[in-house]
Amino acid sequence: MSRTLYDLIGLGAGVAFILALKGLSHPKTARRGNLIGAFGATLATLVVFFYANPGSSLPLNNLGWILGAMVIGLAVGVPAARKVEMTQMPQLVALFNGVGGGAAALVAIVEYLHLGAEATTAEVIFTVFTVIVGCVSFSGSVITFMKLQELMTTRPVIFPAGRFIIAATLVGVIGVGGWVVAALGTTPLLILAGLSLLFGVLFVLPVGGADVPIVISLLNAFTGLTVAASGYVLDSVLLIIAGTLVGASGTILTRLMAEAMGRSLFGTLFGAFTAKPQDASGAVEERPVRSGSPDDVAILLNYARRVVIVPGFGLAVAQAQHTVRELADLMISKGIDVAYGIHPVAGRMPGHMNVLLAEANVPYYQLEEMDEINPTFSQTDVAIVIGANDVVNPAAENTPGCPIYGMPILKVSNAANVIFLKRSMRPGFAGIENELLYDPKTILLFGDAKASLTKVVSALKAL
Amino acid sequence: MEPIAVISIFVLAVFVGFEVVSKVSSTLHTPLMSGANAIHGVILVGAIIVADHSTTNLELGLSVAAIVLATINMVGGFVVTDRMLEMFKGNKK
Repeated sequence: MSRTLYDLIGLGAGVAFILALKGLSHPKTARRGNLIGAFGATLATLVVFFYANPGSSLPLNNLGWILGAMVIGLAVGVPAARKVEMTQMPQLVALFNGVGGGAAALVAIVEYLHLGAEATTAEVIFTVFTVIVGCVSFSGSVITFMKLQELMTTRPVIFPAGRFIIAATLVGVIGVGGWVVAALGTTPLLILAGLSLLFGVLFVLPVGGADVPIVISLLNAFTGLTVAASGYVLDSVLLIIAGTLVGASGTILTRLMAEAMGRSLFGTLFGAFTAKPQDASGAVEERPVRSGSPDDVAILLNYARRVVIVPGFGLAVAQAQHTVRELADLMISKGIDVAYGIHPVAGRMPGHMNVLLAEANVPYYQLEEMDEINPTFSQTDVAIVIGANDVVNPAAENTPGCPIYGMPILKVSNAANVIFLKRSMRPGFAGIENELLYDPKTILLFGDAKASLTKVVSALKAL
Repeated sequence: MEPIAVISIFVLAVFVGFEVVSKVSSTLHTPLMSGANAIHGVILVGAIIVADHSTTNLELGLSVAAIVLATINMVGGFVVTDRMLEMFKGNKK
């Protein structure tokens, strides 16, 4: 195969990736777009086997090893992707991103070992960049995965002199990076990889659970950039296009998410370093709340004209998405206007709630974004908040100085009645009291969200 | 490759990425993350290239590891994105 044909096919795969991202502009075209992207990736992978790189011949050297490794990758990746629960999607994305970053770093290390003294300065600089960012992406993603899977605490991990240690590690990474460029040696490169892995861990540890989605998105963009840099070293147009696309799209998405949380990206990432460790005991003051029974809730719903359902991560934990849809369908059959109000960062990943509700066959046009739904709360009779807390907490609007102040929220407090489905009075991720819980128009329904909803459904059926 | 060609491709791809993603509906942000994730799995191509010209055991071992990781990233990423998007398809207004 000629070099021109090889590059043209690479360009075709790059276009397929653009179409894949473009398809996501609407749920109707999204699936086809993703299949086009998968086709492009498959094509690009097949073509490598038919083109000999300079200094090499066909069939490829080490062909058995290459094919064997791909089979192992398939045997691990496909079942993981098929079996994962929709609630665990953030962890899986974090993990897949991490292995991608790890692969990019390994590719850079091998290429560096291979080129040796023949490498140009530009190639060495790109290699050093790929090793640093790829390693940070790998170890950072692993820590993110552990936080989401609750293999470790989801609270920010803050240690004494943390800021100093992190800054020192970063200086070390940059210093050793410079050393690799100047001195060219295997040992400095391996030290660089080790330090970068350490930096990835230190970088993610202080990030609190609620901010983890932003970190996943940022690390995703990082991995994209490493792939683009590898494209330069390996002389591949495709890798440059694909990596840059992911880097750019990841950056935009990270910014959108930071905006949805009402803070700067910098503040999210480095806020924890300046924050004081939170008081774990969190003395909960005893104040009266109005708790209700499933029957009370059913009666309230039966006489409502418009109901808005606000889901949060608690819905995912309880796997209550199917029961919610059952309740919504029942209300619709009674002529009640039902909509879902989706906060952009509800759940552990942007759009996480949409995926869960789509799994339960909730039509996507019933899912309304924050800006659409907020003006309608004043005409809403009942807002049902299921396992969400911070995204409806009025403290974000009226308590300057609280950690979520400035975050745009769903204004459920404008609805005539508010029902909270909660497991306990424990505050949400951010650990802030929610005044709305004590409001006279609020009814609390304690218990597992799925069990509570099932009871409400049967009570409503009986009416 | 000519540096100017590389820079041109890079800059243009940045703008394409910005344009395409700013039109993505927030309903689909999770599939977007996982789809973009799958796309960077194309580093598999790079891993195969370096495995081809590996001459020492160290190089070969590292590139085999890279192929395994990149395959997981690419194939797993596209499969899981497809699974999610399939759920969005049946909703007709």
